[in-house]
Amino acid sequence: MQIIKDKQRVDNTWQFIADEESLVAGDITVSLARWLQDKATLIAHSGKVGLRLKASDTVADFAEDLGHIKLVELNFADFADGRSFSQAWLLRGRYHYQDEIRAIGHYLPEQVFYLSRVGVNAYASDKTSALDSVLNNLNDFTVKYQPSII
Amino acid sequence: MYQYTENDQTLIDERVAQFKRQTENYFKGELSEDEYRALRLRNGVYIQTHAPLLRVAGPYGLISSKQIRKLAHIARTYDKNYCHFTTRQNIQFNWPKLELVPEILAELATVQMHAIQTSGNCMRNTTSDHLAGVAVDEIDDPRPYCEIIRQWTTLHPEFDYLPRKFKIAVSGALNDRAATQFHDIGLHLVKDGTGEVGFKVFVGGGLGRTPIIGQVIKPFLEQKHLLSYLEAILRIYNLFGRRDNKYKARIKILVKETGLDKFTEMVDAEWAHLRDANELSAERVNEIKAHFASPAYDVKADSDHTFAEHKANDKAFATWLAHNTAAHKVSGYAAVFISLKAPDMPPGDITDVQLDAVADIADAYSFGEVRATHRQNLLLADVKQADLYTVWQKLVDLGLATPNIGTATDMICCPGLDFCSLANAGSIGIAKEINEALDDLDYIHDIGELKINMSGCMNGCAHQSVGHIGILGVDKKGAEWYQITLGGSSENNAAIGERLGPAVAKDEITSAITTILDVYIKNRLEEETFLEAVNRLGINPFKEQVYANN
Repeated sequence: MQIIKDKQRVDNTWQFIADEESLVAGDITVSLARWLQDKATLIAHSGKVGLRLKASDTVADFAEDLGHIKLVELNFADFADGRSFSQAWLLRGRYHYQDEIRAIGHYLPEQVFYLSRVGVNAYASDKTSALDSVLNNLNDFTVKYQPSII
Repeated sequence: MYQYTENDQTLIDERVAQFKRQTENYFKGELSEDEYRALRLRNGVYIQTHAPLLRVAGPYGLISSKQIRKLAHIARTYDKNYCHFTTRQNIQFNWPKLELVPEILAELATVQMHAIQTSGNCMRNTTSDHLAGVAVDEIDDPRPYCEIIRQWTTLHPEFDYLPRKFKIAVSGALNDRAATQFHDIGLHLVKDGTGEVGFKVFVGGGLGRTPIIGQVIKPFLEQKHLLSYLEAILRIYNLFGRRDNKYKARIKILVKETGLDKFTEMVDAEWAHLRDANELSAERVNEIKAHFASPAYDVKADSDHTFAEHKANDKAFATWLAHNTAAHKVSGYAAVFISLKAPDMPPGDITDVQLDAVADIADAYSFGEVRATHRQNLLLADVKQADLYTVWQKLVDLGLATPNIGTATDMICCPGLDFCSLANAGSIGIAKEINEALDDLDYIHDIGELKINMSGCMNGCAHQSVGHIGILGVDKKGAEWYQITLGGSSENNAAIGERLGPAVAKDEITSAITTILDVYIKNRLEEETFLEAVNRLGINPFKEQVYANN
């Protein structure tokens, strides 16, 4: 599956491991609950480890672990749940997280300009055609009123 | 007033292009109903009973004559020759075609207007005092701060998908004319001991189903911290506001359920991270202030004698002056209300012909600027006393000089069942009926200051819960009934009206209102306003008569 990362189409190399599943080799993402529970094991994992956040997850709960986390997926259950936007901002603006933040799930390609401004730099979609919209819509505005991540 | 820079213009032009694409994608089936709904709301488009409704932003109520002419053009070309002014100083069109809305927005953009964030669960148009900059009781002009907030709220990337809508109002005067204590955030300009202007910050006020008076969260906020403090409140609200129930999603519920002390602690903890990094510079404030410099007032305006002569010789003119003008900080000038409460027009409505004429009057007599007021009227802020007689005559010819500002027939009214898909009951028809029952101007003037607010459903768009008399339309087994409240106020002494008793039937609501007014007339003390009388007497004397007669 391809995603958009830093305005380029690239292959996704990450695999999400559900809480009840065993870890597999390679780059994986897990839930915050699993991370908090199995941190030592996950830090020892041979591949890279990322987190898949729900909108209700609290960034401060894992902020001190960010050095170990190479991807944060913001999983939109509902595109209208704006908490994910604040999560991204906190990761970048408050905790200076430098690695990938990826929007997944039910966000809208129409929201990617805002998402990019709060620090999201990658976008996954089940629909391949949506990726074209993402690339296009990242350029919706050339001006802005507020300070932002980019 | 504020003039767009190239950046401002680019931003709204790009927004028009974005919404055009979204609308095209919706018609192509590429956006679902739900997805497009969220996007169109953020561009001012509701789907109403008959047609889409387009709500255009009137930034803190200021509209240039050029913009007024554009509104007239849109009313004529895309609508049924009229538009409507709202309690939040916005402009609504009731009959545009959805597929033409992007074209209308493109037209508006040519005169620096837009419909961005006039609906949806985002930060809405910032509202303010219609007498800003000319009021005699002003501490400082709120308009520059409104513009700073307008820019900060517009297309804010983090706070566009809030739990619910979010409204900010700013007052710079001793008397609050912007209902700030009933906003999610209310800001009062105040001075500290050294004379420095800052903000008293209220949070968690609101109307609708659960009317709550805002509480003071910060007695004095320094100017330089304005945006960082707003950001802190918004981030706490965005993260912790309830999203499980839309009727409990406003910040007022978060503040209530959390408790003001704990909420304040949360905001302060967030703010501690932000306050030093995001200061509003004095240069920036001054740059915006320059847009609101006073116009070139005639220093000899008060030497005119014709005004006093006309006033002495023409009773109708004198009556209009007494009711439809407000004192001005510059001697020899007055602020003139344009009443949109003529008996034969729905409250707040104005035709294309009237709009064009108002633009001409504004150009000739008030520096080309018109303002929308919180009570659904218009205002010419800077009219020379020598011109008042001429302006009055022109307004009389246009049907815009009904001398009823602040009186019983200056009702706030929502579109009600006639247009709105949420409404349970009609409101425009009832307003007309009450107007007909109160067709004696002397009687209305004798009653004096009175705010009647009427909403067709409990969402309360017409602020019935803070009306001196509030009327709320409810549905009872398919019939339209009306609940009455007394004693509400959105001014300094903010209060939520008390319910009089059971709702009354549609054919009894007008007589109930006239009965209430009769009780007031019979029981008032000298110089006592309706609201003061209700506060002194309580609701019982009114209740007894209303339910005895009906």
